[in-house]
Amino acid sequence: MHLHRYEKWWLTFGISALIIFLSIVGIQAFHQGHKPPSAKAFVDPERVNESEPFTKPGLHKVQGKEWDYELVIVAAAFSFTPGEIEIPKGAKVKIIATTKDVVHGFEIAGTNVNMMLEPGYISEYVTTFSKTGEFLIICNEYCGTGHHMMSARIKVVEK
Amino acid sequence: MMNAQFSKVDKRDAKLSMAYISVAFIALAVGGLMGLLQTLVRSGKLELPGGINYYEILTAHGVLLGLGLTTYFILGFQFAAVSRTSGTLSSKARLSGWIGFIVMVIGTIFATWMILTNKATVLYTFYAPLQAHFLFYLGLTLLIVGSWIACGAMIATYIRWRKQNPGKPSPLLSFMVVVNSLLWIVCTLGVAGEVLFQLLPWSLGLVDTVNVLVSRTLFWYFGHPLVYFWLLPAYMAWYVIIPKIIGGKIFSDSLARLVFILFLLFSIPVGFHHQLTEPGIDASWKFVQVVLTFMVIIPSLMTAFSMFATFEMFGRAKGATGLFGWLKKLPWKDARFVVPFIGMVAFVPAGAGGIINASNQMDQVVHNTIWVTGHFHLTVATTVVLTFFGISYWLIPHLTGRVFTKAMNRLAIIQAVCWTIGMAFMSGSMHLEGLLGAPRRTAFTTYGNAQQALDWIPYQVAQAIGGSILFLGIVLIIVIVLNLAFFAPKGEQDFPVGEVAESAEKTPMVLENWKIWLTILAALILIAYTVPFMDMIQNAPPGSKGFKLW
Repeated sequence: MHLHRYEKWWLTFGISALIIFLSIVGIQAFHQGHKPPSAKAFVDPERVNESEPFTKPGLHKVQGKEWDYELVIVAAAFSFTPGEIEIPKGAKVKIIATTKDVVHGFEIAGTNVNMMLEPGYISEYVTTFSKTGEFLIICNEYCGTGHHMMSARIKVVEK
Repeated sequence: MMNAQFSKVDKRDAKLSMAYISVAFIALAVGGLMGLLQTLVRSGKLELPGGINYYEILTAHGVLLGLGLTTYFILGFQFAAVSRTSGTLSSKARLSGWIGFIVMVIGTIFATWMILTNKATVLYTFYAPLQAHFLFYLGLTLLIVGSWIACGAMIATYIRWRKQNPGKPSPLLSFMVVVNSLLWIVCTLGVAGEVLFQLLPWSLGLVDTVNVLVSRTLFWYFGHPLVYFWLLPAYMAWYVIIPKIIGGKIFSDSLARLVFILFLLFSIPVGFHHQLTEPGIDASWKFVQVVLTFMVIIPSLMTAFSMFATFEMFGRAKGATGLFGWLKKLPWKDARFVVPFIGMVAFVPAGAGGIINASNQMDQVVHNTIWVTGHFHLTVATTVVLTFFGISYWLIPHLTGRVFTKAMNRLAIIQAVCWTIGMAFMSGSMHLEGLLGAPRRTAFTTYGNAQQALDWIPYQVAQAIGGSILFLGIVLIIVIVLNLAFFAPKGEQDFPVGEVAESAEKTPMVLENWKIWLTILAALILIAYTVPFMDMIQNAPPGSKGFKLW
């Protein structure tokens, strides 16, 4: 098919930009490990409270792992457990969360921590809390009439 | 390509087309009012009376505008376009068009009735395991089945033309209608599968549980191609109609066809980019679909080139000089051009925002924040909707045997300015607020006076201002449409169909070899979905029973 000369230039520019962009995203994802939260771990949604690690929601110090703390969160309409969390500044934390009922969102507003919680699945994400302050955890996926009430707070404090 | 005997759409086809378009504008009026109420509630200044639930009107807004307005308008426009370029519908095709219409209307009534009686407050994306009344799901099934019947009638009309004109490339507009109809049929298979095999049996109590991840995957298999189903009719107007309106020619027939084929191929195997932050899907499969999503940037760039090439060729033919002199020669006083043109301009930031949403990691910053709402109010609610308004300004009078008067032309331009200002306020503040982390699909809240949430409120007030201006825009468009349908003076209004520039190359017939394209499409879908989908079924957690949390 015949293409106009200018169009060839335009398409070459566009497709090259696309390749560069996708390469950057790909290298960041698979070489530097910046993948979106994609855990493949399961839990019976009816027995969350009896299943490890959700028997003890909250922040736990761990040893011998790539992260210093594990933050275990259980979401259910319309709250997160625990509702108040204190994290020392600079802590590398693995967030482990699930839902007991419907689909919820888990977003720490003002950070890049943002994932979906779906019944039967455990969502995981590792992050470092490098700024002090108070952050809202909000449900950002519609879950019913109390959706806009569903929140928790994280305080990142100096050690 | 222009054929004198087809230059006016047959009266019987015009009636069919107008039936669809009328429902579209009724949906706009009701859904638009719901939109206004939402922005007012979320500004914190209004509480809904009579215990009406915010999420109920949100569901109505999404379903009526996202499915109602768009689908009815597109099918109405496509029927007129096929009839105009491939010849009057056969009586069988027309009958199918009416049957499709009636099935769709029955479905729409069921779904709307369930929403308005608060039995289906599950929003536009269903959100299993939230469980709506089965009539809601049944209504949406009928809406889709009806649309399949209508698309079948259009495709049959195209096939008839091909048989009568062997070896010739089909009329461009009919070709585009066929691509968009195929895209729709292939993508709605996902949502039809979700509703028929999962949600309906589950809401009727025939099965106890639902596999949530499978339901979401089937939904998004449909949910993203859907936006191209909205966009391609706007592209039809840009490629074929606008050149004629400004008095120019189509830059290249084969380029336009290639663009449509690329959209067909790369629109469907991309749904995972809506599910980037979900568990249960391997990160590498998400990345595959991110790459496939980005392929649609290529036909989008080709479209941008083609549009401006058309404008520049026209301007230079009129004696324009200098790098941008041709801009001055465009018909800036003709609403049929200006209104869709504003839509084209809005597509530049809209497309850029889309690239951010679909990006593997950047999505995490904006996922489910109100940024996304701002994004699709630029793409669909500005680019697509303004182009649909621009189409209405000649299509409705053409179909009803009236004319688009100067007074209406002026009002149409005021309408578009109103829309642009309203959307700049609303979508602009949604984008900014989303970057600060404010969630979408959420009623007014301060989360117990948290400072972060308090900082979001000024943006929500700006959204209410924008929403109010936009509602004024809806009142104006309804006034214009009523005028064009019932009150404008009788006369002849042209259905503009552009001709291809003399310098353009001959169209290669391979572009109409559907066996090739549909095979590639099927292969891409299988590559993108087979492994992760089987994984979802084989490694599934226990299913979820239904919840009614509203």
